[in-house]
Amino acid sequence: MNIFWLVLGGAFTGAVGPGVSVLYATYGEVITERAGRINLGIEGSMLMGACFGFLTAVETGNVVVAILAGGLAGSLLSGIHAYLVVFRDTNQLATGLAVTLFGAGVTAYAGRSFVGSSIEGLNPVAIPLFSNLPVVGRALFQQDLLAYAAYALGPLLWAFLHYTKWGLSLRAVGESTNVAFAAGRNPARWQVAAIMAGGLLAGLGGAQLSLALTHSWTEGMTAGRGFIAVALVIFGMWSPLRAMIGALLFGGAIGLQLQLQSIGAPISPFILDMFPYIITLAVLTVWTGAALRAMPEGLKGVLKGTV
Amino acid sequence: MVSLTDLGELASAAASPVWRRVAGAPAVAEPAETLLGLGTPSSDVPMLSLRGITKRFPGVVANDGIDLDVFGGKVHAILGENGAGKSTLMKIIYGFYRPDAGSISMDGQPVVIHSPADSRRLGIGMVFQSFSLVPALTVTENVALFLPQQGAVLNRPWLERRVREVSARYGLDLNPRARVADLSMGERQKVELIKLILANARVLILDEPTSVLAPHEVDGLFSVFTELKRDGYAILFITHKMREVLASADQVTVLRRGKAAGTAEGGALTAQQLVALMLGIDAPKEVRNTARVKPRPQTAALEFNRVSTGSADDPRSLKEVSFQMMPGEILGIAGVSGNGQQELGETLLGLRSRRQGSVHLFGHDIGRWPLHRILGSGVAYIPEDALGMAVVPQMRVTENLVLGDIGRYNGGLWLDWRAIQTRLGQSLEGFPLPLARAEARADELSGGNLQRLVLARELTRGASVVVAYYPARGLDLVAAEKTRQLLMDCRSRGASVLLVSEDLDELMALSDRLMVMYQGKVAGLFYPENVTLQEVGLLMTGHHA
Repeated sequence: MNIFWLVLGGAFTGAVGPGVSVLYATYGEVITERAGRINLGIEGSMLMGACFGFLTAVETGNVVVAILAGGLAGSLLSGIHAYLVVFRDTNQLATGLAVTLFGAGVTAYAGRSFVGSSIEGLNPVAIPLFSNLPVVGRALFQQDLLAYAAYALGPLLWAFLHYTKWGLSLRAVGESTNVAFAAGRNPARWQVAAIMAGGLLAGLGGAQLSLALTHSWTEGMTAGRGFIAVALVIFGMWSPLRAMIGALLFGGAIGLQLQLQSIGAPISPFILDMFPYIITLAVLTVWTGAALRAMPEGLKGVLKGTV
Repeated sequence: MVSLTDLGELASAAASPVWRRVAGAPAVAEPAETLLGLGTPSSDVPMLSLRGITKRFPGVVANDGIDLDVFGGKVHAILGENGAGKSTLMKIIYGFYRPDAGSISMDGQPVVIHSPADSRRLGIGMVFQSFSLVPALTVTENVALFLPQQGAVLNRPWLERRVREVSARYGLDLNPRARVADLSMGERQKVELIKLILANARVLILDEPTSVLAPHEVDGLFSVFTELKRDGYAILFITHKMREVLASADQVTVLRRGKAAGTAEGGALTAQQLVALMLGIDAPKEVRNTARVKPRPQTAALEFNRVSTGSADDPRSLKEVSFQMMPGEILGIAGVSGNGQQELGETLLGLRSRRQGSVHLFGHDIGRWPLHRILGSGVAYIPEDALGMAVVPQMRVTENLVLGDIGRYNGGLWLDWRAIQTRLGQSLEGFPLPLARAEARADELSGGNLQRLVLARELTRGASVVVAYYPARGLDLVAAEKTRQLLMDCRSRGASVLLVSEDLDELMALSDRLMVMYQGKVAGLFYPENVTLQEVGLLMTGHHA
């Protein structure tokens, strides 16, 4: 019993760190999908962010520049996706996968001589008073700056979507390009902007991964976190606030896995590595029916294969 | 453009009777006293005025020198059959089309409208049949989407208050926070109206506003009209239903074949006068059925026996339709489009399932026959929507000619295109209508060329039952006459022809018998010589002759 609580507490403490990168990618995909487009290329954008963020940190030693470089790299890669799906009308799912593979290749090549390099990176900053709170304190308030920014970004994105004219336009485009057009919006422009903003956020997530969580670069280090983000968007019903819960859940699963490994649980480490993905899949299976009703109209054709 | 503060003043001013002064100010440079009187029904200056509006499309003059005056504080109905040019005229006013000739003025000042944005700026708003609403958004959000200009942050409380005020004033009764997806069609229409009012429209155009409404909602809409009139809005609505014109309009303009057949004041109108205006008395058709046959007792070529389809409250679904069509007879079907004519043909082909009743072809119950067997038994079908039902748009003319009738042209397993070409030539020999280039794709053809293609295929295969929907649609006068002659030829060689048309002259000229359909029911079945156009027109619109 004692051990059980210890493991669970440890899992929660370790949940936020690994969850932040997924959370950024989920925010990005929420913005993209609210504009009626789906981007499976954000896995690639995360890799771009992780790789070029790390490279920049090694070369310049300036972590702020590194973060910006990561975001920019992610955004540029998603620009390819945006061009193809919006202007060349290609299949969104296939294009997204191709873009991810392209991003994996580019980063493997660009980062090959940086494997094993070390950087100062982003380190946790404890927030006085709050970080002393029991359990929650260490979990939430002893994090890096990108994590704190992620806390704020959820409510900000939510307010953007619901309380600004740009958010309204974005949602209108995602629901009906025709009506948005009749209301004087340019749907193509909005969708390109949304996809590239999504890539930017995914790139920031990737940068958080290499700069703050691991302080290192390895090929393919995102390990499908971008795809997890796409799933978490559904779990979060296209809301940036619910995305936070989803990311915490995924991060918690990683934390749990690490705890189990550290106490020497008699389970194969390969099985344990699958844990976060299994939990995500299980939650999706139970949850999807209710969530799909919140799906932006513009996405429905994509998932049915009619677009 | 109006600034945010202007907008606020404007919307609050909308709740007071003097709002017209504000709304009119940007568009007109006239003294305020004139503007005050602008919206009152007694005003002499029309809010919107059209002179000599002409619009030609390839092969057809959609609008031919139309004059129209719309006054503030009045409901002006545009009445006409399908294809009379109503929608084209509205789209010209709203800036979708540019007229080939003619001028438009607002409040007596000439204006140029090049785009919907221009017309919106002038205070013209339009509610389309398919609404411009995002179902997933709330009423307020939909309204905000169409406001001309606003700050970066949506002022939700302010927007909601405006929606409430306007709803209350015009009896529109809407919850600003409701999702549009949860609203009925009637409520969505109200959202559209609120959108226009808050975006400063003064001339409200509604395209067939009642087509999506239940009867009680129609009455609700008309009482909203009354409220809007009181505040000086000009309402222009398109309809082909006479009852609605009589119930709501102060003025009526009747369009017939692209021309304004007449304008009348609503109060003094009767259904008979409207029918006379709608149908007019045209020059008699040259092709006439002079030797009308009375059906002899024999096996009917086509028989419908108490056929019902779909739900009973859908005006389009058939309700206990029974009739017999004899060999060598043209049976004309008169009716306003959307009263079950479409269902008639689709039921014959088995494309639409019957709830009850049976369909017989030369005495055989064809209820369970597959489509190819029905068509193979000598049924030719000229559908209303040629591009959607009769041809494969991406295929060439030759391919489409062969496709509908492949059995006649193939020589075994392979298609020998050269042989087909020869045989096509033979079967089309003597066909009086010129066809488009054989290599052209069907979707590149004009409406008239497409119609000729379908006519050529369907009328040259010696069918014994010809079902023809609006066969002369899209054709010029000469081709239309030749088409009528083709139908007469079919009849002379013993085929029976089911002719669906909205052109009463055509029906009267060709039919051996005439059947009137209204709301999916047979409203009358008689010999054309025994009825007048007016009586048929009244039956078509649900009045008893």
